[in-house]
Amino acid sequence: MSNINKNMTPPVIEIGVLGWMRKNLFSTWYNTVLTLIGLYFIYIIIPPFLSWAFFDATFSGTTREDCTSSGACWVFIKQNMKLIIYGLYPSDELWRINIAYFLLAVSIIYLLIPNLKYKGGVGVFLLFIFPIICIFLFSGGLGLENVETRLWGGLFLTLVIAGVGIVLSLPIGIMLALGRRSKLPIVSLLSTIFIEIWRGVPLITVLFMASNMFPLFMPEGVNFDKLIRALIGVMFFSAAYLAEVVRGGLQAMPKGQYEASQAAGLTYWKMMSLIILPQSLKIVIPAIIGSFIALFKDTTLVLIIGLFDFLGIIQFVGTNPDWLGFSHEGYVFAAAIFWVFCFGMSRYSQRLEKKLDTGH
Amino acid sequence: MRPSKFSNFIFNRSVQGAFYQAITLSLVILGIYYIVQNTAENMMARGLASGFHFLGVESQFDIGMTLIEYSPTSTYFDAFIVGLLNTLLVAGIGILFATIVGFAFGIMRLSSNWLIAKIAETYIEVIRNIPLLLQIFFWYFAVLRALPRPKQSIEFMDSVFLNNRGLFLPDPNFGEGSSVIFYLFWITIIISISIFIWSKRRQNKTGITFPAFYVSVALVVGVFFAALTATGFPVSFDIPELKGFNFKGGMRLIPELVALTFALSMYTAAFIAEVVRAGIMAVSKGQTEAARSVGLKEGLVLRLIIIPQALRVIVPPLTNQYLNLTKNSSLAAAIAYPDLVLVFAGTALMQTGQAIEIIGMVMGVYLFLSLFTSIIMNLFNRIMKVGER
Repeated sequence: MSNINKNMTPPVIEIGVLGWMRKNLFSTWYNTVLTLIGLYFIYIIIPPFLSWAFFDATFSGTTREDCTSSGACWVFIKQNMKLIIYGLYPSDELWRINIAYFLLAVSIIYLLIPNLKYKGGVGVFLLFIFPIICIFLFSGGLGLENVETRLWGGLFLTLVIAGVGIVLSLPIGIMLALGRRSKLPIVSLLSTIFIEIWRGVPLITVLFMASNMFPLFMPEGVNFDKLIRALIGVMFFSAAYLAEVVRGGLQAMPKGQYEASQAAGLTYWKMMSLIILPQSLKIVIPAIIGSFIALFKDTTLVLIIGLFDFLGIIQFVGTNPDWLGFSHEGYVFAAAIFWVFCFGMSRYSQRLEKKLDTGH
Repeated sequence: MRPSKFSNFIFNRSVQGAFYQAITLSLVILGIYYIVQNTAENMMARGLASGFHFLGVESQFDIGMTLIEYSPTSTYFDAFIVGLLNTLLVAGIGILFATIVGFAFGIMRLSSNWLIAKIAETYIEVIRNIPLLLQIFFWYFAVLRALPRPKQSIEFMDSVFLNNRGLFLPDPNFGEGSSVIFYLFWITIIISISIFIWSKRRQNKTGITFPAFYVSVALVVGVFFAALTATGFPVSFDIPELKGFNFKGGMRLIPELVALTFALSMYTAAFIAEVVRAGIMAVSKGQTEAARSVGLKEGLVLRLIIIPQALRVIVPPLTNQYLNLTKNSSLAAAIAYPDLVLVFAGTALMQTGQAIEIIGMVMGVYLFLSLFTSIIMNLFNRIMKVGER
């Protein structure tokens, strides 16, 4: 055994691209069959889609007559872009929405860049100050012209509903979770009933209830507009889901944390706000983002009660006689936008999860 | 200084607790009273009578798809049942397909084949991050509505036809004697279950194994075909046929049903795939290695060690997904599939104006399903709980 050549390289099919393919794609005969089937599926789906969406598509032009190729007609989206992004909001007032879009984008980019100072401050701005600015910007007041909510629509309305749902449902959800974990039997029972009822029914029935029953609940003459009713429904619905997420975090806290803070003489509220909640919310941040993603997707349901959100507007412009027959383009565009938002959020939450994991 | 009796009293934990609870309870009661008061006044002002009398009144509207006898002269209660059955139908078919597709993709995602794992991952990440309603719209408006007319149907084996009027399937016709087969089938199933219980007991006592699985499959299949032959094949199929502009005969599934079931199954399957993957990955590698080291064959390692442990993790979130699918089937309202929400909370509500009763009934149905499922799940968890060290 002395004549082994120590400088011999490994066989070609064991290393590099070939080795990787042999190990991961063609290790056994059935893996080879599976790989071939997989390749076939990719072949029949991806090239036709790409040529429809890009290579054969029409991007320039102003009317449907410009779309002569066999591919997608993105002119349809381009021509209706203003409706899709702003809804029927008056053209002269669009700068108000643009300011909000700008502030939102800047804050989010700031939060995404690692190792910057004052991230907490930007977060507080986004959660507490920004919504107040938006209320005045969007609906008017302080010298700005009033814009009725029936003119709100498109991506703008989707972001408003999701934003209000997120900002308002978190505090309610935390209170409900504390209530359900409380040692006081009546508080705990009431919170549990509230949470389980909202979680047990589909959002559509909640929205139907909001649009049909809320007017009956209020005294004569008090009339909320449709958007506010929907917002209240969405808020309670998502608060109930968040409550369960937060409760998971509270339950994950070791008992020692409670006992230590009681031993230090903290009152209930001090114990919760200084010791328990900061730690348990940190654990459940990924799950909270998960329910925000669900909420964001669920905002599309408001079109059923007649609000023109992003998807609603896309449906609506598709019924315009000038643009009949372009539903594929509309749906693919909407799907792409929703996907970017939701996938981005889920990737961000995975990153946070790794970063926040301090271990025990 | 000793604290006074009064401060002793007001700083007592249980006294404080009772105080807070009293405040909460009275606030809630006041709130409910306020709402009830307003509602009563509003209903009086609108001339609405509360109560469930309207359920016995003729509905005077027709429903596009009914599983039971129904006509405009039927009552609102019949409409409720029709809607409920349609919801359960979509949920049932959806759950079946979502489970099959979901398990397939979940296992594919763990495949050692890189390409297959990536395909599954792409499917899951794309489908999960697009709103369900958008997917339903896509399948309904962009795919099924855009299908060719009946004359240019997409055919499958000359008996299944897909076109813009829906999906046409062969309709089984149960002739005389088929009930015998039906009963025999269930009897053999019961016998098989008994064989399983008996063989398990005997194995626990004596260690002797019995091929219960093969025996019961042979029993069920054998008796089924024997009965079929003995009764002279009483089951025939009514195959849809193109007559004029539409198909006659066979079973027709309306496009709304097809689109809704398809979208629901595909969407929920992506979530089920993740549940399955998490469940299988939750079984630690040591379990597989230990099972191999005591000399179990690969098949037995899977069947006796991995699957039972993975199922314990999988089943609770899986039922949760089933429940989600059932609740999501209410999106039917958006494409006019006559489910519970559209028929009852839509049309019936519009006609009668009995918002509280109707929304209450609809929410009650979903609530009942949710609570029922969570009770079953709690029982399951209690039975399946492993005694921890």
